[in-house]
Amino acid sequence: MPGTDRAMDADIRLRVDGELHELTVDTRTTLLDLLRERLGNTSPKKGCDHGQCGACTVLLDGERALLCLALAVSHDGAEITTADGLAPEGELHPVQQAFLDHDAFQCGYCTPGQVCSAVGVLSEVDRGWPSHATRDLTAAPELSTDEVSERMSGNLCRCAAYAHITPAVQQAGGAR
Amino acid sequence: MTELLEPRAMGRDLVRRDGVRKVRGTATYAFETPVESPAFCHPLQATVARGRITAVDTTAAEALDGVLAVVTHENAERLASTDDAELAVLQSPEVAFRGQPIGVVVAETSELARQAADLVRVTYDEQPHDSVLSADRGDLYAPEKVNPGYDTDTVQGDVDAELAASAVRVEQTYATAMVHNNPLEPHASTALWDAADGGKLTLWDSTQGVHPDRKAVCSLFGLDLERVQVVCPYVGGGFGSKGTPHANVVLVAMAARALPGRAVKLALTRQQMFTMAGYRTPTIQRMQLGADRDGRIRALALDVVEQTSRIKEFAEQTGVPARMMYTAAARRTTHRLAALDVPVPSWFRAPGECPGMFGPEVAMDELAHALGMDPVELRIRNEPDRDPETGQPWSSRHLVECLREGAERFGWAGRDPRPGVRREDGWLVGTGMASSVYPTMRQAQSTATVRFEDGRYVVEIGAADLGTGAWTVLPQIAADALDADVDDVEVRIGDTRYPIASVAGGSSGTNTWGSAIVEAARQFRGKFGRRPEDGDEAQGSVDQAATDDEHATYAFGAQFVEARVHADTGEVRVPRLLGVFACGRIVNPRTARSQFIGGMTMGLSMALHENSAWDARIGQVANHDLAEYHVTVNADVGDVQAHWIDEHDPYVNAMGIKGIGEIGIVGTAAAVVNAVFHATGVRVRHLPVTLDKILPGLP
Ligand code: FES
Ligand code: FES
Repeated sequence: MPGTDRAMDADIRLRVDGELHELTVDTRTTLLDLLRERLGNTSPKKGCDHGQCGACTVLLDGERALLCLALAVSHDGAEITTADGLAPEGELHPVQQAFLDHDAFQCGYCTPGQVCSAVGVLSEVDRGWPSHATRDLTAAPELSTDEVSERMSGNLCRCAAYAHITPAVQQAGGAR
Repeated sequence: MTELLEPRAMGRDLVRRDGVRKVRGTATYAFETPVESPAFCHPLQATVARGRITAVDTTAAEALDGVLAVVTHENAERLASTDDAELAVLQSPEVAFRGQPIGVVVAETSELARQAADLVRVTYDEQPHDSVLSADRGDLYAPEKVNPGYDTDTVQGDVDAELAASAVRVEQTYATAMVHNNPLEPHASTALWDAADGGKLTLWDSTQGVHPDRKAVCSLFGLDLERVQVVCPYVGGGFGSKGTPHANVVLVAMAARALPGRAVKLALTRQQMFTMAGYRTPTIQRMQLGADRDGRIRALALDVVEQTSRIKEFAEQTGVPARMMYTAAARRTTHRLAALDVPVPSWFRAPGECPGMFGPEVAMDELAHALGMDPVELRIRNEPDRDPETGQPWSSRHLVECLREGAERFGWAGRDPRPGVRREDGWLVGTGMASSVYPTMRQAQSTATVRFEDGRYVVEIGAADLGTGAWTVLPQIAADALDADVDDVEVRIGDTRYPIASVAGGSSGTNTWGSAIVEAARQFRGKFGRRPEDGDEAQGSVDQAATDDEHATYAFGAQFVEARVHADTGEVRVPRLLGVFACGRIVNPRTARSQFIGGMTMGLSMALHENSAWDARIGQVANHDLAEYHVTVNADVGDVQAHWIDEHDPYVNAMGIKGIGEIGIVGTAAAVVNAVFHATGVRVRHLPVTLDKILPGLP
């Protein structure tokens, strides 16, 4: 193992939640399966494996990204932060605290992805990135309900906690 | 009548006990269970809709380095029970629907398992299949009962005569789409078969009930209960689809038993969930409503046609809510099924009530319109003082209060009833409403243990938390039952090591498990008083389905919707959803609100988006993934509000609670359709409400 065929394997280095891993990976392996099935880091979830649900969202080299669409072999040297790596053990990132405050989840399966996505959204808004909901492209975007809903729409929540997720993201944004 | 517990912890707005684990992602779901060097499974599925497997060639798959087993009907173990045809997989070469599991590959890695699955060659003797539901089919039949045991047909009085005597009639056919539960966590398991001493199976499974799951597995494999342990601390959503085990559970257990001592993992892909994990049947609802000029209903008839699979019957009880919702001088409900070459339908959040409050609640709106009467008033006018079906008094029924409070909060008063006349910035604006209902049920079997341990009370019961909040609300109930501080109570759930618990289904979980906990607390205090010693322990159980069989027990609600339809494109937006519910006492307002808004938003999803598009040529859902099967996303949702009224019901249970997990989805879709009609004048009777149905009729 990994792929049982050295010709299909590759060596990579990855930093995940601060920890360095030197790995031989099957070139078919996604970062999502690598984390979940080999590294024992199951904070990113698999809901679709096709980039359609957002459950596997993490911060990849600082930007939100879907791990199910990322082949490990093409991310040699990458740095990944999962929801579990956003704050030291015993503490919470402001986004995580806001999700708790607003009960912005039920089953929790979409939640680590929502949290990472929200961290990405706040950083994108800080950097002035517009979205489909941005009315004035010359002004700095604000954390309006429309902006947050639009930007968080890549993260499905089948428990449908959306009406709690949006104010949670706004609260965390205001607390920065 | 029971004496209600004094609420001290109950009613408090406490944060979820599993919240930190969920926001960090450290709560472990079934597939994620840490085990030593697991192997990975990939199911094989039939690629014909009906037929017989004539040959399976596994040579290439087995030759692949790292493949551990390829199990098909040719080498699979014979199950001890094949009574449930959905679960009797790999027992014969017959194929009953496309996508039916016909094997499972186990390999060292998930990539290898999938590669090997692709290498298995299967040939079939394909037969013509028949998978199209229609009300005109000649082979529709009346099932013996409808889920879970209601009468198939009912009749009271002379419907035809009352209809003929009615001043106003609505006779229309409504339809709801085939829809798939699609919990975000796929159906998944980790399984380990330890062959020593006659064998023991440990199954970490994503299930709405560890004990019912264990019972099914034991009967399938002919194992004694003590040889199987099912563990499930967290469930990534179920919505009914994890209420009964599906074929994936049988496959993973077979794979584990083929590789003793080696843990195996199996998660269905999203695509596989469209054939193996249940779904809601499409329904066709022929509705007849007749009333006097003053709005009093004389005749109410609902004739339902829906589908089941050829190999296993599931009869959704769509006609059931029409039996008790409103007064009528005469009434008829019927259910007819077509048995097709399709996957097996099953529970989906509020089976019966959810589709069954679509046709009738839209028909009520059509009747109100025909009468020139306010739709809220029409419902109030037909409020029954007893259950029209059984004649029993209500344990509590506060539908009228919900309607009035909802109207007040929503700003319903002074609504101009004319459709299609309000225009704002190119959008047609309208409002609509509908009623909600869900029966209050208790299951017949659950037991809890209370033990005093290190100065705290430990409560154990094999209950499930699917996001519903059981980890948090059961301690609140236990605290009040023990007259203890909630912080001194620890509740352990989700494991067959703990006493037996009923399935989290029918909105009966908190009612049933809470009742067992109250009884256990009573036994505990009776035996040990207020100063127990370390290790003191008592058990309590519920062993009958209801505390009271003289009353009709239901929760009620009213939902109000604002819809905006773009005058040129037909795009529908729903900026406001507001529900008011009467569901007994609310144990935790925080988790309850999430359940209500979650249900309402799923109802919005049913109204506007959800539709498993059936490709009848090949017998498969064409849009079988989350890009094509649309569910509401964040940007589809506006202001969603759930409110409830203080309701005191001394008949339901010692907590005074009713179920709240399902009622939120009931009635929402009708309210949306009614609001779209008010906005545009276009009455959409077939869900979902898509542009093609609106555009031709826009003013
Ligand atoms: S699992 Fe990656 S987007 Fe769904
Ligand atoms: S909390 Fe269950 S899917 Fe979002």
